[in-house]
Amino acid sequence: MDLLNALVAFANFVFVPAVAYGAQLALGALGVTLIYGILRFSNFAHGDTMAFGAMCTILVTWGLQSWGISAGPLPTALLALPVGIAVTALFLMATDRAVYRFYRKTRAAPVILTMASLGVMFVMNGIVRFIIGVEDINFADGARFLIGAREFREATGLDEGLAIRSTQAITVVVAAVAMALLFWFLNRTRTGKSMRAFADNEDLALLSGINPGRVVMVTWLIVAALATTAGVLYGLDKSFKAFTYFQLLLPIFASAVVGGLGSPIGAVAGGFVIAFSEVGVTYAWKKVAGYVMPENLQPDGLAQLLSTDYKIAVSFAILVLVLLFRPTGLFRGKSV
Amino acid sequence: MLTVENLHRYFGSFRAVNGASLTIEKGSITGLIGPNGAGKSTLFNVIAGRLAPTSGRVTMDGQDITGLPPHELFHRGLLRTFQIAHEFGSMTVRENLMMVPARQAGESLVNTWFRRGAIRAEERALREKADEVLDFLTISHIADEKASNISGGQKKLVELGRTMMVDAKIVFLDEVGAGVNRTLLNTIGDAITRLNRERGYTFCVIEHDMDFIGRLCDPVIVMAAGEVLAHGSADQIMQNEAVIEAYLGTGLKNKVAHV
Ligand SMILES: Nc1ncnc2c1ncn2[C@@H]1O[C@H](COP(=O)(O)OP(=O)(O)OP(=O)(O)O)[C@@H](O)[C@H]1O
Ligand SMILES: [Mg+2]
Repeated sequence: MDLLNALVAFANFVFVPAVAYGAQLALGALGVTLIYGILRFSNFAHGDTMAFGAMCTILVTWGLQSWGISAGPLPTALLALPVGIAVTALFLMATDRAVYRFYRKTRAAPVILTMASLGVMFVMNGIVRFIIGVEDINFADGARFLIGAREFREATGLDEGLAIRSTQAITVVVAAVAMALLFWFLNRTRTGKSMRAFADNEDLALLSGINPGRVVMVTWLIVAALATTAGVLYGLDKSFKAFTYFQLLLPIFASAVVGGLGSPIGAVAGGFVIAFSEVGVTYAWKKVAGYVMPENLQPDGLAQLLSTDYKIAVSFAILVLVLLFRPTGLFRGKSV
Repeated sequence: MLTVENLHRYFGSFRAVNGASLTIEKGSITGLIGPNGAGKSTLFNVIAGRLAPTSGRVTMDGQDITGLPPHELFHRGLLRTFQIAHEFGSMTVRENLMMVPARQAGESLVNTWFRRGAIRAEERALREKADEVLDFLTISHIADEKASNISGGQKKLVELGRTMMVDAKIVFLDEVGAGVNRTLLNTIGDAITRLNRERGYTFCVIEHDMDFIGRLCDPVIVMAAGEVLAHGSADQIMQNEAVIEAYLGTGLKNKVAHV
């Protein structure tokens, strides 16, 4: 019984939140890794792209709500998501036209494109704050819980409750669908294959008749879809705040690097590695330990390795370790 | 069919191609020789749209193609290989060849959903074509090998194979024979001749091996220091004093004199 309680406590406080957070990071890291592999630069504006996409989606959500349209038990934001993606895609393509294309044409070094993306980041950040403000915005509606803690306790008779918020379940399902679509696209379709070819060897891809303009456009479209979805899921799960997305940049890059920059499957794996490390290191294990350890061995304190205020340090530490010992990441991306 | 008029390409103040003019006749296998650093590869890079010319003009069948990007030239039937073989390292040899014809029904996303049957048929045809090409080049056994793992000489063959996946008009080969053993070199030579005769490919071939050039090419163009030094049949070239001076060296002069 104690063991079961320990497991449930673990699932409730570590596993479920980490899976949801990992799925969000994975979607973010997929965008970063695609840009790195195909357009060949580290896009610092990615966090704010997620904020921008989430903002567009929230605005549409409010519009839908004011017309009395809802998705029943699901959050209305899911209905608004396609519009958010479309607007973000247009914005990204315009940014490419205005900024990145020039540097691509002149075959500028990747670091120059990265610096340009830093500029884009500040502009996007400003736009988001200007339009929607800096306050916390909670836009999740529909059912709150898939499984409530009390129902769970009553149904199982355990002391510990397991709560799964509907936003967590939705995060996982939507992320899984998005990833499945992406991998199908990259591996099965002609356009997806030509994108892989372009990432592999640009010169040869051009020589094989692959149109670079098209590859770039499709890349931004996919990046817009991934970033907006990631931003909306994160916002549903926690809340929307313009600044938090900027702070997500570090765990997202850490995920992409851990998995191997340029490797989509690596980005997914990396997202979960970072999420589990972050949640695991900042969780107070006292409760779990209380169930499984004998009385005299139980920790006096909270058994928390790091206060949640320092959770960003976890990504940073993992990033440094990976760069030191395995710069190509788990799945042998391009070395950084 | 392809003419280059007074082409220049500078790197900073260095004149890699310095006023080259030449014509490649339709249906010919034109050789391009010259000492290391003569500007041959740079000339190819400019013609094939990888580098922009500093000045000058390139025309194909009377149309100005100067500075067109490589993928547009591809669709006009102009293909080339790289001196240092390129490959899609994460794909197999067969997939490398199957990447080539990009103009297909599968291009649009809508088609991918709604014309699954047609696309599958196309994939199958493409696969057969790739296997045919691999067979032609006698490298069927490495079809499923990862392209990054095959030998340098095999990569050269795959490069040549790429140009056979579509109906090219003119193909520029940058030292396909370099670093390749005799037998393989003969295979490549045969492939070039057959493509030229049976499928009407025009070739422009950079090569340092004079035997190979002599057997395969007519006419031969000699470049030195970014300019065209001489133009003529292989025999004429080998007797040309200026060419011997600049490129072939006295060893060959003696050899030619003895014959
Ligand atoms: N991207 C570049 N930047 C600067 N200089 C270059 C560049 N590419 C070529 N060059 C210079 O231009 C000159 C001509 O080079 P190119 O590769 O065209 O010679 P090549 O005739 O093909 O020689 P080889 O027979 O050795 O292949 C060389 O001196 C080279 O150093
Ligand atoms: Mg060369």
